[in-house]
Amino acid sequence: MSSEQGGAAGELQCESHVLAVDDSSVDRALVAHLLRSSKLRVTTVDSGRRALDLLGMEKNVSMIITDYWMPEMTGLELLKKIKGSSELKGIPVVIMSSENVPNRIRTCLDEGAEDFLLKPLQPSDVSRLCSRVLR
Amino acid sequence: MLGMGAGRWEDDMSRLLALLFHQGVLDEHFMQLQQLQDDSSPNFVSEVISIYFRESERLLRNIRTLLADRECTDYRKIGVCLNHLMGSSSSIGANLVRNVCVAFRAASEHCNWAGCLRLLAVLEHEYCYLKNRLHELFQIEQQRVLADRVRYHPVLQ
Repeated sequence: MSSEQGGAAGELQCESHVLAVDDSSVDRALVAHLLRSSKLRVTTVDSGRRALDLLGMEKNVSMIITDYWMPEMTGLELLKKIKGSSELKGIPVVIMSSENVPNRIRTCLDEGAEDFLLKPLQPSDVSRLCSRVLR
Repeated sequence: MLGMGAGRWEDDMSRLLALLFHQGVLDEHFMQLQQLQDDSSPNFVSEVISIYFRESERLLRNIRTLLADRECTDYRKIGVCLNHLMGSSSSIGANLVRNVCVAFRAASEHCNWAGCLRLLAVLEHEYCYLKNRLHELFQIEQQRVLADRVRYHPVLQ
């Protein structure tokens, strides 16, 4: 698990804290870089289980962005657990995948995902998330 | 004469990139990755690619181990490794490696051991080619940066 805040010290910082969940080190590095470039505080974890552990301790998560395909617990399963929790259901969840599978996208949105993004994420995706989900 | 050094390296980089795009080894996601690099993160691309190399080699070793015994092959675990490699390859623009993973995943879903073994050899070959070309690209980039520094050194102005 790693956590950092983007932007120079001393400046007013956006208070939004994003939890990024992905079993791929490559994708965690990419997502974290994009989010921190938008002055977001980012914590990355490598599994749904670790995400739930962190959510149990950290109360100020503004958004969760998770990969779909992960071993042990998929992003969809993580989404269902979050939306099934009275404490966590208010946190917006965004799902990402490298595969464009319409049924998968529809299922995730029906289960309450805020958005479904195709990897690799673009700066425009992050801008849209900041304005729409983190407003 | 000193000023021509950087230009030559830039041409070499452009030619190598054009070749890799033409061969289908890289796709536009690699260009998008390059665009994320800026003055605040000047080594971002090489850092991400280094992570990719480490992760890919671990996954390839795992897949080879899983295929070692035909009678005990766990195709589900092979599929997990391939999904992982496919995703990270797609993210950095390693198009050819990604495409081999797609074919390999199909073979593993059909529990086709011989097909999996053959595709593993193809995957390892394509990965090695990609790694060698990316190393070459980074070496050219290093030479270009050095040549640029020489060109703009205050003592040499």
